[in-house]
Amino acid sequence: MKRTIPLLITFAVGLALIVAMFIPHVPFYELDGMFSVFYDVIAVFAFILGGGNLLKVHLNKIQNKRRDWKYSIVTVSGFFLVLAAGLLKIGVPDGWSGGYQAPGSLFKFLYDATFQPLQATMFSLLAFFVASASYRAFRAKTKEATILLVAAFIILLRPTPLGYYLTYWLPEPLRFLHIPNLSTWVLSVPNMAGQRAIMIGIALGIVSTSLRLILGIERSYLGSEGK
Amino acid sequence: MPKGLVLSALVLAVAAFTVHAQGEPPAPADSVMQAQSAPAPSVRPPSALRAYDTPNDHGSNITIEWEVSPDDAAPGSPVTGYEILRSENPDGGFESIATIVGSATIYADNSVEDGVDYYYRVEALAGTGTSDPVQAGPVTASQQWFDRSRANLLVISVLLIAAIITYVYLSTTRELYIRKIAGLEAVNEAVGRATEMGRSILFVPGIQDMDNVQTVAGVAILGHIAQRTATYETDLNVPVSRSIVMSVGRETVKQAYLEAGRPDLYNDDMVHYITDEQFGYVAAVDGIMVREHPAACFYLGAFFAESLILAETGNSIGAIQVAGTAMPTQLPFFVAACDYTLIGEELFAASAYLSKDRKMLGSLKGQDAGKAIAMLAMLIGVGLGTLATITGSDGLMTAYQWLKRLFSLNY
Repeated sequence: MKRTIPLLITFAVGLALIVAMFIPHVPFYELDGMFSVFYDVIAVFAFILGGGNLLKVHLNKIQNKRRDWKYSIVTVSGFFLVLAAGLLKIGVPDGWSGGYQAPGSLFKFLYDATFQPLQATMFSLLAFFVASASYRAFRAKTKEATILLVAAFIILLRPTPLGYYLTYWLPEPLRFLHIPNLSTWVLSVPNMAGQRAIMIGIALGIVSTSLRLILGIERSYLGSEGK
Repeated sequence: MPKGLVLSALVLAVAAFTVHAQGEPPAPADSVMQAQSAPAPSVRPPSALRAYDTPNDHGSNITIEWEVSPDDAAPGSPVTGYEILRSENPDGGFESIATIVGSATIYADNSVEDGVDYYYRVEALAGTGTSDPVQAGPVTASQQWFDRSRANLLVISVLLIAAIITYVYLSTTRELYIRKIAGLEAVNEAVGRATEMGRSILFVPGIQDMDNVQTVAGVAILGHIAQRTATYETDLNVPVSRSIVMSVGRETVKQAYLEAGRPDLYNDDMVHYITDEQFGYVAAVDGIMVREHPAACFYLGAFFAESLILAETGNSIGAIQVAGTAMPTQLPFFVAACDYTLIGEELFAASAYLSKDRKMLGSLKGQDAGKAIAMLAMLIGVGLGTLATITGSDGLMTAYQWLKRLFSLNY
């Protein structure tokens, strides 16, 4: 029963949304938006569940002084500090009538002075990781890696003046070898073909997975039967 | 009374009488005054005005189309735009509903009620004056029961669904061949390695919610991995960035441990929530990697910029890494940084592949049939297009255009 009802709901909702795709008449055209709202309502409650879990995990860690428990103090303190700053509107110039994100509020300060710089720091790491990953991927150890290296070299040269000057002197019959032209060809022919092949595979995979879910063939996401 | 006013009154009276005598509805005196004082039309009106119920919609929408004024064609034209007026009465009461600046020739009026007759007028605007209006109507908005613009999508969907269902049915009676997927064969290897090393396994189901089919596919694979970790008594750590994923993930892992006969090894904290914030989540997962040194990392789901940060950190700690996503922009990062990558469709095939369930494998074969249809259509399309260009045949070009339209899904 614990599985049958969710399976029936999945089947009914899946079928209704497929039908809604082709029928613009009321009430079908509203179904997509309506189910999204239902999902958001559930997500709000689940968010409380998530916050509760975060606290439970870290408070347990602190209580039992498990490995790296001191980091958990930072997490729990941060959680309560931001929650209090927002809920109690600490430092909001207009008091209770003002917005919790108003300039001058503690919440805004915490966001600007800690959250945003930390987020930017994590994002900036990407630049270094791109360099290290490229170094490994472009080492010409195999035939495929060599092709990748050459293609990447052509693409990287294109926006630079060097890319233009290296090959601008080529005669008209060999203009296709001019780096900007070659780069455009790499992007729009082999690269595009590969991308499209992947996209077609993905689209078919999504259809197949969705159908497995709607027909109840794929059930692993439903969890236990309460055995 | 001044003479001027008397004359004006006389002129108005005569004008009103003349209009009435010609069969036109009597107009109020002030509107006649307005008509007389308005500047004479300086530009010619637009033409070929058409107003029709917008097709394939849920009603409350009428489309108005016209051809530009002949004075709007030349550069430096005096026409600055078009005024659209609407009324429920063909003879008057028109009110402006929109002013179109430039040379647009189409407008969708979405402020109408279904089942009501409407009349439309369009005037060309030039400076402070307007052209004579052109009028169209009556037209009524209504809802449609079938979106004909999606008929091609329906045909393709029916073909695909039929192929998948046929193969699911066939799979119950015969053995189906499925090619080996290296990334999925490596799942056992990764779990075995973690067991030998006495270290944990980290599973990241992406940063999207359960309404994303990639997350569903990732969680389905989590179930199979959890069965193996239960069998081998290996630690499993699943940090998630969405609360609903946490709930579903817990149920999935719990079920896997039950099926493996080791419910005693399961605890709710295996699947734990971190944060919805993308980089906050990445920082936490990176921290787990650096502190706990998991022997194997799985990244299966929907990923964005965090893909490379996670995969490179995993690489730096020497973990065996298996990734899978259907985000084409993130695939190169995973390919560069991970040991195995499930590319697009392989992610969706993983659950079926690992479960070895006949019906699930049948759906994979149905997917292959879909690919065969796509390849055939592409070959025919390329052939028709090439032949049409070489021979200049209109028939071949029409067939080519028809095939192209059939597979053009612009939504």
